[in-house]
Amino acid sequence: MSDDEFAQIEAVLGREPNDLELALYGVMWSEHCSYKSSRLHLRRLPTTGEHVLVGPGENAGVIDAGDGIAVAIRIESHNHPSAIEPYQGAATGVGGILRDVFTMGARPLAVMDPLFFGELSDARQRWLVEGVVSGISGYGNSVGVPTIGGELTFDECYSGNPLVNVLCVGALPTERLVLGIASGVGNLAVLLGSRTGRDGIGGVSVLASAGFSGEEGALDDAKRPSVQVGDPYEEKRLIEACLELLDRGYVLGIQDLGGAGLVCATSETAARGGVGMDVDVTAVPQREPGMVPYEIMTSESQERMLAIITPENLEAVREVCERWEVRATVVGHVVEPLIDDDGNEVGMLRIRDGFDGEVLAEVPARSLADEAPLYDRTRERPSSLDAVLDDDPSNEPVGSTNEDLLSLLVDPGWVYRQYDSQLFLNTVVGPGRDAALLRLAGPGLPVSTRGIALSTDSNPRWCALDPRLGTALTIYESVANLACVGATAKAVVNCLNFGNPEHPSVMWQLSEAIDGMADACSALGLPVIGGNVSLYNESGGVDIDPTPVVGLLGVLDHLVAPPPGWNWRAGDALVLVGVRRAVGERSFPLGGSRWATRRGRRGGRLSEIEVSTLRATIDFVVGEVAGICAGMASDVTAVHDVSGGGIAAALAEMVAVTSVGAQVAELDDFAELFSEFPGRFIVATGDLDAFATRAAAAGVPMVSLGTCGGERLVIGSTVDLSVDDIAATRRGALEAALSALS
Amino acid sequence: MTRIAVVVFPGSNCEYDALTGVESLGADAELVWHSTKDLSGFDGVILPGGFAHGDYLRPGALARFSPVMDAVARFAEDGGAVLGICNGFQVLTEAGLLPGALQKNAGLKFLCQPTTLTVTSTDSILTANATLGQELVIPINHFSGAYVCDDETLARLEGSGQIILRYVENPNGSRGNIAGLANERGNVVGLMPHPERAMSTLLGSADGRVLLESFVAPRVRA
Repeated sequence: MSDDEFAQIEAVLGREPNDLELALYGVMWSEHCSYKSSRLHLRRLPTTGEHVLVGPGENAGVIDAGDGIAVAIRIESHNHPSAIEPYQGAATGVGGILRDVFTMGARPLAVMDPLFFGELSDARQRWLVEGVVSGISGYGNSVGVPTIGGELTFDECYSGNPLVNVLCVGALPTERLVLGIASGVGNLAVLLGSRTGRDGIGGVSVLASAGFSGEEGALDDAKRPSVQVGDPYEEKRLIEACLELLDRGYVLGIQDLGGAGLVCATSETAARGGVGMDVDVTAVPQREPGMVPYEIMTSESQERMLAIITPENLEAVREVCERWEVRATVVGHVVEPLIDDDGNEVGMLRIRDGFDGEVLAEVPARSLADEAPLYDRTRERPSSLDAVLDDDPSNEPVGSTNEDLLSLLVDPGWVYRQYDSQLFLNTVVGPGRDAALLRLAGPGLPVSTRGIALSTDSNPRWCALDPRLGTALTIYESVANLACVGATAKAVVNCLNFGNPEHPSVMWQLSEAIDGMADACSALGLPVIGGNVSLYNESGGVDIDPTPVVGLLGVLDHLVAPPPGWNWRAGDALVLVGVRRAVGERSFPLGGSRWATRRGRRGGRLSEIEVSTLRATIDFVVGEVAGICAGMASDVTAVHDVSGGGIAAALAEMVAVTSVGAQVAELDDFAELFSEFPGRFIVATGDLDAFATRAAAAGVPMVSLGTCGGERLVIGSTVDLSVDDIAATRRGALEAALSALS
Repeated sequence: MTRIAVVVFPGSNCEYDALTGVESLGADAELVWHSTKDLSGFDGVILPGGFAHGDYLRPGALARFSPVMDAVARFAEDGGAVLGICNGFQVLTEAGLLPGALQKNAGLKFLCQPTTLTVTSTDSILTANATLGQELVIPINHFSGAYVCDDETLARLEGSGQIILRYVENPNGSRGNIAGLANERGNVVGLMPHPERAMSTLLGSADGRVLLESFVAPRVRA
């Protein structure tokens, strides 16, 4: 905490804070809790839409998906805990995001995990991958929420600071929506779930709001006690108990205990309700003796919720909790706000030693929750960027295209086979494809034949070159992924992973990325309904590449048949749908491509794309696939979005999955093989004329690529590989890298 | 109408899927809390997948002490149809209602993937409607699914037609490629794969139907 911040607290209180009060401000005004460096910029994002029920600022964003069902979605980072203790860091990341979603009254239905590590030639990275994946598997499978997708990125910029993001989606009958608000003087704040221990104290401040700056970096053992420890069995019972309490209408407001623990939950619920709250620290069930008030109030012990109920319902609440073997303890009372000298109501958070005992701390709840200082930190485009942009990889020698293509193929199956991806019988398209597709169904939901689609996307290679355009292209890419399963994008959540905000270049990247996201979302009419900002992702003074991760939620009106997927048949015609060339100097940009990055060429420029054509293309693909999902006959047999690795990788991925080769004519330019920009799809069709007629009628560009069949993938004179080589290389790539000599 | 009880332990998580699966075949199914001591009035009982009591100690080790398990044992003794899926199979072996045990997978990794099974006996409440040698694609979803037993038990199981389902390609190191087995009377069965996850081509496979159809079919008690 800075001297200025201390002075601000003195001004709020009109006196010097005591040690406990200072500690409360310390965690609540941390970067992680207060968004003090990013909040000014986040205001530029579009957040509204007629289907948006809850936008940013609550525990999760919520949209109306139709048929009386609301869908809640949230994304978070658990980067620093996972860097230190990968199993528990990742596991508690899953636990935390689930609580954010069932806090809204929604049953969590699916989780996705975008993961970023350094290169696997480094033994520590292999240890991190094993630990993080086991943590997600161990917690997610046991708690009973399927993990249906994610992303897996390896890049040296994450060597000292891996990223573990986690997204959760849940659904609820629209009328059950609840918010984290304390109301009604005399009502009770009941702490549900685990006892409070000394784990995770200072998680938001020690860990999440500082980089790994020392020589030890993430190996610093001193930070290990700030990592929380998770118990999925406790969480499972907590979910069921909370959903039952909500079903029975016993809960007026509910809030999870995540970062900053009890002080965060009590001050936020009181601030939202404009009321005061008395908290008795001695009432909080404790895991170990001798805990002091500061520890009890800021502990990040997992699997805890705070529910606001009326005193009349206390016995009934206790009964439900007893059945689920969940602890329920009254720890707070909702009290009248004070009236200040100007006649304003000020809800005070009072921490007491017994409800009638000594007042240990007394501060305005709102000052903790909403009134942290906001900083407009210095932003500066790094001057070194020009030289990077000028180093375009278009002059890179061609080399062996067959080998290059094989080196780009990675099947993430080793990861997702460890996740239960099917629970609840909703998973129509699971991990490892363009987007995940779920039936919109679950216990307690109204009957519907709708589907929801989810995709998480990021492209740090693009964003390092041009954070604004790179982020916009990432949004377009994600919308295209949803189109492959027939879904129309409805909402965006974001997890903005950046370096140290005190570095002007990082603040410039963050601000640019937010503008790029606003550009793309405005162009597509997409609201951003929630997000998370993770700063201080640095190690030894070096920041990670800017990594805005987006999670897109799409809806499909009628889902009775699976989308075509990647399985083409021998004899089908292959077409490239969408605009063939990017706009500007380079029609087939290689800057920021996976091909160039593997060659060690990290420079170059991105190209703009024609947004109007992209929109028409996506609408067309959505229509084609949604028709198939609705049970209509179609000549389309396979659809895949062209993304990382370009057209060559997209074709090879389809070959690997379908075990049928393809003969593709020479492309216009070598660069077209590996060039990456969104808005293009590989489509296989059994009736080329009929498909071409429909595309022309929709005003969507299309070019014939070749024919499916045979046992080889041949692309003009550049690629000639056997189906078996492609499939075996792709299947074994990750396991081979992970089993490298440690 | 056939009445099925789906037992819910704290930590179970496939109870709704099992319920939906048998309901879609016309059965009347009900969730039953693990403290229940009476299963009379039901025609069949399912112990669903999940992590009963958190799988603490080892899968099924605590669940066997849940009050409902005495009722399950009596129900089985009376010839009632008892089906343990995944964690439910683990519970049945721990409770001694089926022989052998389920160990950690050979690769020491959790595995969620489709598997192909062969029906190797139709003398059970789960496979009665299937045909011998029929291949079924049904997903597995477990960490501890490697079936083990001693030589003598294996010989007995082989000889008496109690091995009802075997993996075509063994995913987890199970002895004798065993995916599912029955007791001697054929009224208590356990299997690691999840037939309730294979009830519709929309979700990838409808091969689980023939198994659950057998289970919910009206029958005279053995």
